[in-house]
Amino acid sequence: MTNLVTTPPAVAARPAPAEAGKGRVNPLNGVAHLALFLWALVTAGPLIWVLLASFKSNTEIFLGKPFSLPEHFSLKTYTDAWSEAHIGQYFVNSIIVVAISTAGTMLLGSMAAYVLARYRFPGNRAIYYLFVSGLAFPTFMALAPIFGIVKSLGLLNTFTGLILVYIAYSLSFTVFFLTAFFRTLPHEIDEAALVDGAGHLRRFFQIMMPMAKSGLISITIFNIVGQWNQYLLPVVIMQGSGSDTNWVLTQGIANISVQAGYHAEWSTLFAALTLSIIPMIVVYAIFQRQIQAGLTAGAVK
Amino acid sequence: MRHGKYPFIIGFLVVPLALYLVFVVGAYLQMFQLSFTDWSGFGGFHYVGFDNFVKLMEDPVFWIALRHNLYILIAMPIVTIAIALFFAFLLNVGGKSRGGTTQGVRGSKAYRIIFFFPQLLALAIVAVIFGRVFGPDRSGMLNGLFPDSWSPWLFLADERWALLCIAVVLIWQQIGFYVVLFSAGMGSIGQEIYEAAALDGATKVTLFFRITLPLLWDTLQVAWVYLGIAAFDLFALVNIMSVNKGGPNNATQVLSYQIYLNAFQNSQAGYASAIGVVLFFLTLTFAALTLRVTRRDAVA
Repeated sequence: MTNLVTTPPAVAARPAPAEAGKGRVNPLNGVAHLALFLWALVTAGPLIWVLLASFKSNTEIFLGKPFSLPEHFSLKTYTDAWSEAHIGQYFVNSIIVVAISTAGTMLLGSMAAYVLARYRFPGNRAIYYLFVSGLAFPTFMALAPIFGIVKSLGLLNTFTGLILVYIAYSLSFTVFFLTAFFRTLPHEIDEAALVDGAGHLRRFFQIMMPMAKSGLISITIFNIVGQWNQYLLPVVIMQGSGSDTNWVLTQGIANISVQAGYHAEWSTLFAALTLSIIPMIVVYAIFQRQIQAGLTAGAVK
Repeated sequence: MRHGKYPFIIGFLVVPLALYLVFVVGAYLQMFQLSFTDWSGFGGFHYVGFDNFVKLMEDPVFWIALRHNLYILIAMPIVTIAIALFFAFLLNVGGKSRGGTTQGVRGSKAYRIIFFFPQLLALAIVAVIFGRVFGPDRSGMLNGLFPDSWSPWLFLADERWALLCIAVVLIWQQIGFYVVLFSAGMGSIGQEIYEAAALDGATKVTLFFRITLPLLWDTLQVAWVYLGIAAFDLFALVNIMSVNKGGPNNATQVLSYQIYLNAFQNSQAGYASAIGVVLFFLTLTFAALTLRVTRRDAVA
């Protein structure tokens, strides 16, 4: 991701070709900086505004001047958002659901992908294409039947239901990506282990999984981000009276936004938004490289 | 092969396959079945033949939603790809010329980090933020920035602009991802190609259209498919941002939201499934078209 087009020092030290001129200012350079800086502002602006507004009183918010500093800093809005608006609860719910469902997706997905990639058996291709065909269709297409199936299993409004659905809908891409990945791994080590008498299970867990580490990390990040950000499926599965204690973060924030709209009382919403954005910034700051690689992995194959 | 191969294969496939069959394949098959029923979402149902599809053809809201999806499907990827290419190009070759070669602008790494970040935020959270950015009074970010003498813009509450506002939010969120994707693609184009062309007197613009663009063609196709998928699924944006459930006056109505509304608000799950069936064939067409275009390029 970081293969910048930079001039190696050796090239810079070399005498420049006569017509190019040494260190000539590229007229595009100024324009480039301006355009890039403006877009950085457009990207960061709304987020900075949310942060500033989270410290403002409702009256201040309605005064306009969106980028003025708040009159005084108080964490009142934050404690409101955390406890009264239940952001803390939604956070914990999201963490529980995503932790279990991503772990499940990775385990089941890599098992299926491994078998499909490295073993010949009748039906192999059919099963592979069955998984991959799921990539073509949007999840919302079959909303009513998904609801019906989860309901008939008695899993509406449960973490179990949401987790199983997350795993099922993450399998297509996971199997697709990991099958391709397992195929590229060398056969020699695997065969050597076979000769040494290692069983199928041992070869999978002790040889293939460690060898596939980079691919597994990419796709794990992809699944964590995807499942953490999911909104449609929780809205369908966690609905009806009494479901709100099981809501995940996206759902909770959307609901706080609706409630805030009724009373035109925005400051708690901004605090809730800030609380949900900050962890993403922290995680992004630490794992920036891996995250960019993981999310673009699907696109560059 | 070794003894015990089949028990192992079955053991590894049975759970993932079962989950997939129950929740994904099962749901798609039931969608076809339910599209011929009057199921409300609760209790039993009767088969009603093609009634749902006849109703669909005569339902003006369905056609409005379909039209909006097509607008966004065409416009959103083009705009996103164009802007992302522009920024990626500036990041990679917008820098100073030195010794006949060009380099990335200073701070290009920082720009990339900032641009990419929105991709990490849930679309639902982005929708809530922009619901307030487009707030129709002085508490909204944009109206707050406008001069005091202006009367507030309605944005999402104005049926002429509501859909555009939603498309803008999607573009805002998506661009960074494609800047990074295209940058990586451009970075892998050999520097000596640019050097050679620059020695021949090629301008930046020529470099872009004659070298960068053709060599990025594969990446662009992938981007097109991904953006097409994103353009179809506007549920989170419409559910959270739109005024009056896909309004005002159906101005932001899209198919995903129609499916949701019919299934869970109007108690017409059978009808919602019929919309899903139509969508199934639309998606197949989109996929087939994409494959076709890709294959033609491969031959050429």
